[in-house]
Amino acid sequence: MASRSTRPISPHLQVYKWGPHMLVSVLHRITGSGMATVGSVLLVWWLAALAGGAESYATFRDVFTYANGRLNIIGYVIGIGLTLVLFQHMASGVRHLVLDTGAGYELKRNKMGALATMAFSVVATIAFWLILGIK
Amino acid sequence: MGTGTPLGRVRGLGSAKEGTHHWWRHRVTAGSNLFLMLWLMVSILSRGSFDYASLRLWMQSAWVAVPMALLVISVFTHFRLGLQVVIEDYQHNETRVVFLILLNFFTVGLGATALFAIAKIAFGAK
Repeated sequence: MASRSTRPISPHLQVYKWGPHMLVSVLHRITGSGMATVGSVLLVWWLAALAGGAESYATFRDVFTYANGRLNIIGYVIGIGLTLVLFQHMASGVRHLVLDTGAGYELKRNKMGALATMAFSVVATIAFWLILGIK
Repeated sequence: MGTGTPLGRVRGLGSAKEGTHHWWRHRVTAGSNLFLMLWLMVSILSRGSFDYASLRLWMQSAWVAVPMALLVISVFTHFRLGLQVVIEDYQHNETRVVFLILLNFFTVGLGATALFAIAKIAFGAK
């Protein structure tokens, strides 16, 4: 449409001072797009490998684990990455549902809410892997 | 709001003929995703082992196969709606149409594979 138009455009991202609310907004889109592509393919690969039999499941597992069953570097990067991304999208998604009701737009509250989503995702990720590691 | 006939105004669907349907379904699936993904994360934490036999046995239970199928339907609907917004924001002209059709193929193809896999395990031999 107007992708190469010479018409004047309104002030965009570069004129604003960056704050937590902007970061969380962008993170919500990035984490959502990441899970929709990489996350969904991995989920379906896991399900299909499990349905395919012991051999196909072993092929799946070997990508993420050592022979002794412990996670290798790919397993840790993908595993911790996906949980952090999931918890961030989950928290900022709940924040969006609150904002949709018209609440939480006061400057201080809005900033606190944005910071809280990032605090939650980090704490939830650490807690998840600690519990998984203890078991 | 419709701008044409009185009936169009009552329906409030506008020129896209969709109204708030897309936006609303995105919110409803956000809610169902929240519960279903929390179920999955708690399930992973409460599993003792992730070897083939125990995971197969686990997913043969209706209490696992049904929420897992619901999770796929809910999550896939949600990301189909979300990626549509992303594509509409950054892609223009013909590439937008191509990307939107590819998105449909991706979502339906991957989703059908996931549901078939879940069904195969659930209905498979013990």
